[in-house]
Amino acid sequence: MTTAPSSGQSTGANEENYVAPTPATVTPELLAQHSITPDEYERILTALGRVPSLTELGIYSVMWSEHCSYKSSKVHLKRLPTKSGRVVQGPGENAGIIDVGDGWACAFKIESHNHPSYIEPHQGAATGVGGILRDIFTMGARPLAVMDSLRFGPIQRGSQADDLVSKNHSIVEGVVSGIAGYGNCFGVPNLGGETKFEPCYSGNPLVNAFALGLVKIDEIFYGKAAGVGNPVIYVGAKTGRDGIHGATMASEEFKEGSEQKRPNVQVGDPFMEKLLLEACLEAMKTGAIVGIQDMGAAGLTCSTCEMGARGGVGLDVELDNVPQRETGMNSYEIMLSESQERMLLVAEKGREKEVLDVFAKWGLDAVIVGTVKPESRLRIRHHGVLVADIPNESLTDDAPIYHRPVGEWSAPVLVEPSDDAQVALSEPRNYTADLRKLLASANVSSKRWVHEQYDTMVQTNTVQGPGGEGGVMRIKGTGMPRHERGLAMALDGNSLWCYLDPKLGAMHAVAEAARKVALTGATPVAATNCLNFGNPEKPEIMAQLSAAIDGIAEACTALKTPITGGNVSLYNETRGEGIYPTPVLGVVGILDDVTKAVPADFQRSGEAILLLWPIPRAEEPNPDLKVPFEPLPISQYPLPALEVKPRDEAEPEGTEAETSADLIAFGSSEFAKVVLGSIWGRPPALDLAAEAELHNLLGILAHKKLISSARDLSDGGIAVALAESAFSHGIGATVEQEPALMANPLFGVFAEPASTVIVSAKQANISEIQKLASESNYFSARIGATGGDRLELSIYGDPVISASVAELKEVWASALESALHDEVTA
Amino acid sequence: MKFGVLVFPGSNCDHDTYNVISEIAHQPVTFLWHDSEDLQNVDAVLVPGGFAYGDYLRTGAIARFSPVMQAVKRFADAGGIVLGICNGFQILTESGLLPGALMRNAGLKYICKQVHLRTETTNSLFTNQLTKGEVLQIPIGHMEGNYYCDAETLHQLESEDRIAFRYCTPKGEITREANPNGSLENIAGILNAGRNVLGMMPHPDRSSEKLLGSADGWKIFSSMVNALATR
Repeated sequence: MTTAPSSGQSTGANEENYVAPTPATVTPELLAQHSITPDEYERILTALGRVPSLTELGIYSVMWSEHCSYKSSKVHLKRLPTKSGRVVQGPGENAGIIDVGDGWACAFKIESHNHPSYIEPHQGAATGVGGILRDIFTMGARPLAVMDSLRFGPIQRGSQADDLVSKNHSIVEGVVSGIAGYGNCFGVPNLGGETKFEPCYSGNPLVNAFALGLVKIDEIFYGKAAGVGNPVIYVGAKTGRDGIHGATMASEEFKEGSEQKRPNVQVGDPFMEKLLLEACLEAMKTGAIVGIQDMGAAGLTCSTCEMGARGGVGLDVELDNVPQRETGMNSYEIMLSESQERMLLVAEKGREKEVLDVFAKWGLDAVIVGTVKPESRLRIRHHGVLVADIPNESLTDDAPIYHRPVGEWSAPVLVEPSDDAQVALSEPRNYTADLRKLLASANVSSKRWVHEQYDTMVQTNTVQGPGGEGGVMRIKGTGMPRHERGLAMALDGNSLWCYLDPKLGAMHAVAEAARKVALTGATPVAATNCLNFGNPEKPEIMAQLSAAIDGIAEACTALKTPITGGNVSLYNETRGEGIYPTPVLGVVGILDDVTKAVPADFQRSGEAILLLWPIPRAEEPNPDLKVPFEPLPISQYPLPALEVKPRDEAEPEGTEAETSADLIAFGSSEFAKVVLGSIWGRPPALDLAAEAELHNLLGILAHKKLISSARDLSDGGIAVALAESAFSHGIGATVEQEPALMANPLFGVFAEPASTVIVSAKQANISEIQKLASESNYFSARIGATGGDRLELSIYGDPVISASVAELKEVWASALESALHDEVTA
Repeated sequence: MKFGVLVFPGSNCDHDTYNVISEIAHQPVTFLWHDSEDLQNVDAVLVPGGFAYGDYLRTGAIARFSPVMQAVKRFADAGGIVLGICNGFQILTESGLLPGALMRNAGLKYICKQVHLRTETTNSLFTNQLTKGEVLQIPIGHMEGNYYCDAETLHQLESEDRIAFRYCTPKGEITREANPNGSLENIAGILNAGRNVLGMMPHPDRSSEKLLGSADGWKIFSSMVNALATR
């Protein structure tokens, strides 16, 4: 602590007529209600030098909650890379900021609203969007786009008990309508994101909201109070009793009866938020605002002590001046309310009126509630009586930090396939039927039902909306006329892979989010993360968290996408059952000319389809690698061994059967889960250096306008990638799969190898693409051509998938909606 | 020639509409704040999309009482050009400048997507650059776009050639499947009796640049510019 006394008397006690806040009657029950441990209470006594008042106890309770203090994750988060030449603001502010060129910067961040979205899906999700938007515009940035990473329990009948599935349906409906209702009214386009389903999210859905905004690089605002004597102004919605202890609730596991916490969920008003946006941006233009911060989690408490702490000053606030929606609120309620659409700002003394006039124009409350003081203390008065007097740092920088025991985590999943799966793998299969099954599965199927409810086009900047790889936005007023700069963004996470291997899974999340951005032709430059995990008091959960952070750190370093901020959501457990470890990554990239953005879908018939995949490092050093790779005609490839034999016949006696890397990785595929109903193995290998080279290569291909579309092999492998590329314009494809990738033909069609993409291109561009690919240490093989209205995939001339694009599309497009409308008729 | 874009608290396509006029049409344009009756001598009024006054109570229901709408009514009655897009169309029906009402979409959900419109009349200030039957790709983004009017009004709209656009298939067929929101007779946009006021649910402001997926909406603005230039 820098300014607070180490023990004993509060500094205020030296003042004349000082009356310390009335001490609360502290009992173990009271502490338990506030989720404060006996040790933490001792720390409070030391920091204050006296027994806290009830209001002070409430303030400590929310500021020291996991949600606000990051007390379990902080020591690990320090390992994340946070700097680069582009980073203007890293973690610790309301949002991270990067320089995007031409005098512009972008602020972006992702945040969770998981717990509220389970208790009250519509409002929980809506206020999640509202909260992240305020984080962006409090920095002076006008929100340009939002995206969401959503995870729900299964929605297909028969996958879980009927009541759970029905509950999941209502959560999906509520969350999507909440996001839509808020963002649409506010007027920010939603570029989609991801919507995934796993059984572990029944009872604990994840709603991670991402927002990005634009600000002139010399007009950024910070959440920092300064200037002794300056007025503290409260603006926006009135304070009510909603959301009290929301942050504390979000830091506990759900138990039976958690639905009773519904009053802890805030109610959003997007119209109010829209007015607040316009008024704040206009007020900032006056030049009279010193610092500004939104009131999100922990409301007035968090904004007052954080703004003071960042500026090394204190805020002295009289609660009688706070606009109130309800009568008879006490100081505890006012300080802990999480009413939405409120901001706190510090203005220059003498220029208050300029600021107040702007808010009056927009019909918003704006009231001076306090003053900036030299001492770094939070002082709250109610009816003139001091009710809280706390050193700022004890609430922020000096909040408890836990080195929680980090145990071992090993997924209870076999490395090798079960005997049943072995048999299924070696049996002849109908690949077309398998593809249909994948296209109809919850994770692969079209999310049109979700994103059609979102306004994806408002602000007239959306170059690529939902449904492709990354979203792409034009930045008006930059670059050359009609060739403005663009920003690409994508969210990604693969919780099953993180469950199987938290570190590798997290690396994949970074790589895939960055790849989606790179596929549009943009250069990935920075990232934000949302870490959704279970109860950190369990050593195995800490093991997952620690390993995932290691993975993110390694991948973000290799891919030059530092983390500029984010959010940690722990205690994602219901009735003792944790979710899969779910780190979600948001990556932002820059396009120098947005007209060069590459779509994910086939654009025209008669173009070549090329597969690009990394040349294995094991083959180095190989002087031939510098020579442009010339693929053999397909007919000249030797036939590899196709059979995966049941274990007992696989190897001669005496040698331990060594399961191939491809087979181990295949167990983590969507195919294994959906078609074989089995999970085994580990995620595919990931070579980060090769991944970085791919991103660079994709940028060059886009810049030189050599490719018409680009998509990676992810859920469902090349079969799904080709089908999805065909759907948008109804352009089919005829493809001979590249045999060099395969040990088993099944893997060649449905495996999900990392750093592997398909591009379509004019025939004339093939040789240049192949030259550039080989210079980036990538194999490139021309595997087919676009055209026709069918998807034809063959291996060694044998057709394995043959179906009309329209028929496949119907399966893919209708699956989600029909599952949601599939009610129990009993 | 000067355009004015209305700004209500909650308008969110005001900047988009302004941008089309200033950056693509290269014409003078100004914002007109909701609580003033001064239209600043504009030659055309654009009522943009959004959620005026939060669209609480009913879309456009509060906006009709705003000072600026009293001025817009007088402006329209005197023959001034008024284009209402999306929420702007809703406000124009609530204000009585256009007949009928816009109800909640048949599917009860907000819908944002590209749709096709068939040009039903070229006899207007807004469609003079189009050909009859021309199919335009213009996106929609609304919760309440389900147009309804009584039989008598519908008959009047049809007999007076006041239906400007209908939802159609890419080939121009008027089918049930092509109707995104349940609108009566696939109606997407209508004119007033004086043919100087157009309200439409689809967003020409979002389809005036190829970069954004379609530039078909630009033809509506360019018709207005043409009409004003030759007036």
